Amino acid sequence: MKLHEYQAKGIFADAGIPVPDSRLASSVDEVMDAVEDIGYPAAIKAQVHVGGRGKAGGIKIATSDEEAREAAEDILGMDLKGYTVEEVLVEAGVDFENELYVGITMDRGEGEPVAMVSTQGGVDIEEVAAETPEAIAREHIDPAFGLHPYQARKVVYEAGIERDVAGDVASIVSTLYDLYEERDAADIEINPVMVTADREVVAADAVMNIDEDALFRQPELAEMEDEAAEDDLEAKANDYGFDYVRLSGNVGIIGNGAGLVMTTLDLVDHYGGSPANFLDIGGGAKAERVTNALDMVFSDENVDAVVFNIFGGITRGDEVAKGINEALEQFDEIPKQVVVRLAGTNAEEGMEILNTDLVQVESTLEDAVQRAVANAKEVNQ
Amino acid sequence: MSVFVDDDTRVVVQGITGGEGKFHTEQMLDYGTNVVAGAVPGKGGQEVAGVPVYDTVTEAAREEDADASVVFVPPAFAGDAIFEALDSPLDLVVAITEGIPTQDMAKVNKRLSEVDTRLLGPNCPGIITPGESKLGILPGNIFESGDVGLVSRSGTLTYQVVSNLTERGIGQTTAIGIGGDPIIGTSFVDALEAFEADKDTEAVVMCGEIGGEDEEQAARYIAENMDTPVAGFIAGRTAPPGKRMGHAGAIVSGSGTGTAESKIDALNDAGVPVGDTPNEVADYIEDYL
Repeated sequence: MKLHEYQAKGIFADAGIPVPDSRLASSVDEVMDAVEDIGYPAAIKAQVHVGGRGKAGGIKIATSDEEAREAAEDILGMDLKGYTVEEVLVEAGVDFENELYVGITMDRGEGEPVAMVSTQGGVDIEEVAAETPEAIAREHIDPAFGLHPYQARKVVYEAGIERDVAGDVASIVSTLYDLYEERDAADIEINPVMVTADREVVAADAVMNIDEDALFRQPELAEMEDEAAEDDLEAKANDYGFDYVRLSGNVGIIGNGAGLVMTTLDLVDHYGGSPANFLDIGGGAKAERVTNALDMVFSDENVDAVVFNIFGGITRGDEVAKGINEALEQFDEIPKQVVVRLAGTNAEEGMEILNTDLVQVESTLEDAVQRAVANAKEVNQ
Repeated sequence: MSVFVDDDTRVVVQGITGGEGKFHTEQMLDYGTNVVAGAVPGKGGQEVAGVPVYDTVTEAAREEDADASVVFVPPAFAGDAIFEALDSPLDLVVAITEGIPTQDMAKVNKRLSEVDTRLLGPNCPGIITPGESKLGILPGNIFESGDVGLVSRSGTLTYQVVSNLTERGIGQTTAIGIGGDPIIGTSFVDALEAFEADKDTEAVVMCGEIGGEDEEQAARYIAENMDTPVAGFIAGRTAPPGKRMGHAGAIVSGSGTGTAESKIDALNDAGVPVGDTPNEVADYIEDYL
């Protein structure tokens, strides 16, 4: 789960990391009130979950009331890579000499967190990592012991941070690690940390992604989840508790188990179709869950045909079949052709109760996918 | 022959009094697994499906001479449950639980490096040596005893590929689920090493997916160390970058690592054919035998 910049900055500021003075605003009037408090220059920054906001026109610097009003009018309500901007952060501009990078993430290969520091801040750090990996100093952290202060100093000196600010940057690294651990972050990052002419360090941006599996013990962060940041169908999937990803194609896909659902998507592509979504109903699904899954794909107007692929382990074929029947019997006319393939636990019982007047049935994965792809093509003819 | 489990394996079920724990204990017993004890704090002295329950894993292991455990404990307590199993000590711990916080698993992973216990998972379907023993939630009826080893990051994909093999009369030595999380115990390389050393395993299927670099590491291991032929499958060719595809570990990074393409290329370079469909994987295995 991603936090907005203003949310992450609030957490950073509470932990003692210096951040610029700022206000959140959701209307032009609120932006004007904020600049009156903060003064010029002020940065007006879209609060949406997309990278590269600046390049996309989501960040503007204002030096006068006229510019602030214009920026507020431009940014509020704009569409930024598919997301509508509803809030902006109005922030005191920082006059800086250098831009640094500081981040903590999980190195999954090592199974350990890693702290990263670089003097190449303010740019796309993934590009720096790919082109000049030596420009980023790294220090792995034993998760049982946490980050020792000497490690924070070590990574800062190795990165070549200037001596007069090295202590302050090391302190930011330590604080970030504490937050990473306490708040169950998946990634935590400041890009850039600005170094001012007075040799102060300031967090000019803030990225914090939280491990969704740990939200049960982070209730305060769970409340910050922004439903507006999702597309309507993704929000609906969230309510139903499905793993769901919307894609651009027209074959709706429902299955159980992430690996098998991904495989079904890949096969739709392989046989010349285009997947509309990833939808995993999970293990042990009962009839109601199956009904909800069909409701999901039927509400996607891009979907022309549906393939339902179940290989039961925990999940029972008869429960799935019952759910499919119940879902489809509600319709006078079924909105999209559904192909069903049931295998594994209680698949035979499932096939016996499945109402084949409502669905098409195939016994192999390959046949089911090919039939759904053909159905989708027929709709478009 | 088999790897990691056989009909001598004596199993403790952690979380045996919960719905999943109870149901799958019955399934495991039906399959012939020696489930000898359950372990649930505060439930010592009870019985589930005729199996005695103890308060601690240590006591269960000592009293019933167990050497493996299966973890059906909810995510909030599963990290602690795995620590308890590692401390007991057992030879093998199979963690079925999905959704354990990653930082908890980082701590478990650290502990693993200090003990002699093997961990499978978490977020895995378990392990089965057909006809002998199954630890986990795999549907026993689709497996047949035979000479193909299988290792996979995904449960249902395992079932799919196994059914493609079994339908052609190709049985399995052992099928191992290693789990779909970013930090797991046993890796592809560990499993491949075990299959390479097993004289009865004539060929191996490896099912990977997007995310991480475990498949690339496995490809290097296969090229340098394996004589047993391997066929592969990689799920997630159509996955968009930056989106989590169900499994916590299945996410293609924005910088382009962990893609299906890089994994398929690495495997092909190591001489491992990768099927476009699960059925094609079975074709490759049939050719090997």
